[in-house]
Order: sequence, then C-alpha cells, then structure tokens
Amino acid sequence: MIKNVNQISEQAFLLDFGDEVTREINQNVINTFNFISKKMQKNNPLGLKNCVPSYNKLLIHFNPSKKNKDELINFLNGIERLQTESSVNIDEVEIPVCYDEEFALDIKDVSKKTKINEDLIINSHLSTQFFVYMIGFMPGLPFMGDLETNLNVPRLMTPRLQVPSGSVGIVDKFCVIYPNQSPGGWNIIGRTPIKLFDKNKIKATLLNPGSKVKICKISKKEFLEIQKINE
Amino acid sequence: MSNCYFSVERAGIYTTFQDSGYDFLQHFGVTTGGVVDNNLFRTANKLLGNDDNEPVIEFAYQGPKLKLEKGNVQIAITGDVHFIISKKSENYTDTLGKCFQTYQLHEGDIIDIIATKSSIYGYFGLLGGFKLNKYNSSGSTLVRSKIGPNDGRKIQENQLIEFNKESQNEKLKQISFPTTDKSNVIRVIEGPQENFFSLETINQFYNSPFTISKSADRMGIRLDGNQIISKQSRNIPSEGIIKGSVQVPGDGNPIVLMVDHPTIGGYPKIATVILNDLVKLAQLSFGKEVSFEKVSIETAENLYYENKNNLDEIFKSIKNYNN
Repeated sequence: MIKNVNQISEQAFLLDFGDEVTREINQNVINTFNFISKKMQKNNPLGLKNCVPSYNKLLIHFNPSKKNKDELINFLNGIERLQTESSVNIDEVEIPVCYDEEFALDIKDVSKKTKINEDLIINSHLSTQFFVYMIGFMPGLPFMGDLETNLNVPRLMTPRLQVPSGSVGIVDKFCVIYPNQSPGGWNIIGRTPIKLFDKNKIKATLLNPGSKVKICKISKKEFLEIQKINE
Repeated sequence: MSNCYFSVERAGIYTTFQDSGYDFLQHFGVTTGGVVDNNLFRTANKLLGNDDNEPVIEFAYQGPKLKLEKGNVQIAITGDVHFIISKKSENYTDTLGKCFQTYQLHEGDIIDIIATKSSIYGYFGLLGGFKLNKYNSSGSTLVRSKIGPNDGRKIQENQLIEFNKESQNEKLKQISFPTTDKSNVIRVIEGPQENFFSLETINQFYNSPFTISKSADRMGIRLDGNQIISKQSRNIPSEGIIKGSVQVPGDGNPIVLMVDHPTIGGYPKIATVILNDLVKLAQLSFGKEVSFEKVSIETAENLYYENKNNLDEIFKSIKNYNN
C-alpha cells in the first residue's frame, strides 16, 4: 500500500507505493486511484484537480490553499485504513492488430536482435493477456504489460520523428499503442485501425488504467475495412 | 454566423484561446494546458468584469492583428505589450494603446498587437467573452493534441473570431498593475528525485547560472549551462508530472516543464520551480540568465498565498477613467 506521501510542490503530492514495477504494486495504485476518483466526482470537497496513476506512484494535484492541504493530508492518511479493496476493473477489451510488413516497421530488427523469429514474436504478443498499467504521455496512450515472452528489446537508438497513428510498439516486457501520429522510440510491430482516443465521445478513451486487453490478429483487408467504419 | 466577430488579418506567432485549463483528464493522457501567466489572465477578466475563468486570447512575442467586422465591444490587453488601435471614425489614425485598461471598439476598428516588449506572453480579452466550442468545460487550446476551441488549433490568418455579445456605453476601467520583479533568481523546492544527483552536482545546479535556450515554449523551457548528470540511472519508471518540475534528461540540460507538458515522464527531477516564480521564468526571453535558489515548501506556499492576496488587493484599485 502507500509507503510514503511526499509533498512535491505547493499543489501536489506524490504517493509512493514502492520502487519496483510490478502488477501487484500497480494494482494497488489503481485501486487507490479509483477510490480517489470517486471522491472527485462528488462536488470535490478537497479541491482536487488531477489524480494520475503510474507504475508505482500516484500524483495528486490540488488547488493550493491551506484548508485543502490540511484536509487532503488527513484524507490521504486515512486511506490506508479505508478499504480501497479490489474495485477490480472488469473491463476487457479486444484490439485488432495487423502485423503486415508495411505496418510492422521494426519487427525484422526485433527478430534479428532477439534471434526469435517473427511468427513467435507475433504469437507471444497474441497470447499475452495485457494489463493497462497507466495511460499517458499523449491522450489515450496505454502502457501495457507484461509480454508473455520478455523480448528484452530496448528503445530505438534514434526515436522516430513520426510514428503513424495506431502503431503498436514494444520495449522490454511492455507494449504501447500510439493513438495519434507522434514522435516515438518504441519498436513498431503492427498497427491497429481502432481509435484509442476520440475527443468527440463522452468517454474519450477506449481503455482505463487497469483495463485488460487481448490482441487479435487481422489481415490487411480487415484492417482497411475497420478503418473505414471508424472514420 | 453570430452577429459579432473579428477577422484575423495577421495571426501572430503562437496565438491561442486559453483559460485555466483542464482538470481531471491527466489520467487519460490529456495535459492541463491553460494560460502561462495566470496573473495577467485574471487581471484581464477582472478589468472587463467577466467571470474569473472566461477564455481569453494568449499570444507570444508577436500578437494578432484583428479587424472588428461586426458589432461593438469593449476589450483589454494585459502584459507588457506594444499595440495600436486604429479607429474607423478617425480615418484609421494609429493610436498607441495602453495595457491594463479597457477600450471601446466600434465596427470597422482595427487592433494591431505588434509585440510583447520585455516579456513573452500577453493577453487579449473582451467583455462577455469569445464564442467557443469548449471541450470538457474548458476553453483552453492544446495544439499538440488538437483539443479545445478552434478545432484545437492556433488562431489562423483570415479566420473569423466570434464573440458572445455586444458591449457599448460600458464605463471604461483601468488598473495600476505593478511592474514584475525583474530579478533573475528563480526559487525552487527540492525535486522528487534530488537523490539521483551527487552533492557536487546539486551544488553546481544551485551555484552556476543557466541560460534560457531558444527551445522554450508552452511545453517546456530548456536551459543551457553546466550539464547536470545523474549519478544513478538516467531514467525512472514514468510517473505523473506537474508544471514547474525541473527534469533532467540524459544530455544533462534541464527542462522546466510548462503548462502543455506530457502527462507522465521518465526523467529524474532535481527541483520544482515554485508557482510564484514560474510565471516570472516563463516570461523571460531566450538568452536571459537565471539562477536557482532553494526554499522550503512552507516558504513556497506562503509566497503563493501572498501573491494571491496581493492580486486581490490590486483588483480593488480598478477605477473608471475618461477617454
């Protein structure tokens, strides 16, 4: 649970859940996040502005005032005794990915570096039950783990200036999907035609911190069809 | 089409609609955004009698040149800004405008926001506010994410800018706004990963000045100077970040995160600029030297509360004036 509450500025606390990056620690972060999020929805008595889960930390950003700060400290200190118990996220999402050569920009290099053939890389990706550790960097981008086979590939030496939107990238045991075109240093092994962030929807992101994700393989033809429907 | 609008004859360098920014979206990867200089933003709306969070136009360096095509409206500019008003009724004779006071514009008038002087950001507001498509109740434009009013884009040449209502015959107001503190000392508190740096590096951070580089915008301000190299890993597991954080990437040149920062980041953070001084830093142009001074979190908080109270006091000095 919460190991430390550090005030890192006039307007923020950083809650520390441990040094490692594990699913167990991250689940604690997400449970606490869900608990606090519920508080934020009800007329926000603590003056919270943002609550941001990451691998092993939870950032609490508030409107600075003495009253807010004192009440927040009390609230945060009380959390441990409260049950933030598994408000387990049950949402499970299936995401179609096309691994065609034209989309899998780095799969050859990954295969060379790891000496694992392309089909096995794809199969490992397909058989993984992914878990969304956090969403961030850009709107809707999920950081997912843990790849069934840790391929141990590092980031690209020189990040790409433009990664096409929908690109699926891997680094170590993690996988991301770029919702929009963006610079990026992950090894791209496929692409999804699905929109992960749509600002016009009431719920703009497809995934939440804590969501479970399964990937299914589609052909280029299916990719283009789905893309057309989504436009 | 509404019946009150400006046309944009020149857009300026980085001209966007902004308010206090987005809340409760950072966990979806949407950053807070919002005005860089909250003091000038609040002052513009106070002068105009608007709601505190009414969106305004923020510009950097060169501002926009706008023609009031339809309607009449009272406007105000806050900051250290060189601008000209040319009235149709005076056959478009240029009149130098003054910041921190309201002006009545009539149909056909032109306002040319030529440049900010010894600062970067300035604000243009009008009575009753702009007519905007808000996103999640905010009128703040996130250009990189293409979110917010104006289709998430900067204001473009030749577009129209609609506003909510006509205003005429309202009393003209002015306020004496204190000149900002010009010292180059930026106060910070200890960062969450100060322990990633050796004592020697930390001393160096506080004792040698940095220069504001050309790479400074709403996302972050990159500083040049002695390289600050972490003694531990150059990365941390990514975590949520806030504006003011001084993150140190592998190349050792610190970046002070500004309002459009990414929502999470994996670089160690040696310090956090206090809110009171962040505006001052953001308003310094490239090539200026700054040095950092460490204060306690209590000092930072007190300065923040003080500044807020001071501003409320200054607002009491708003008075009518005759043109």
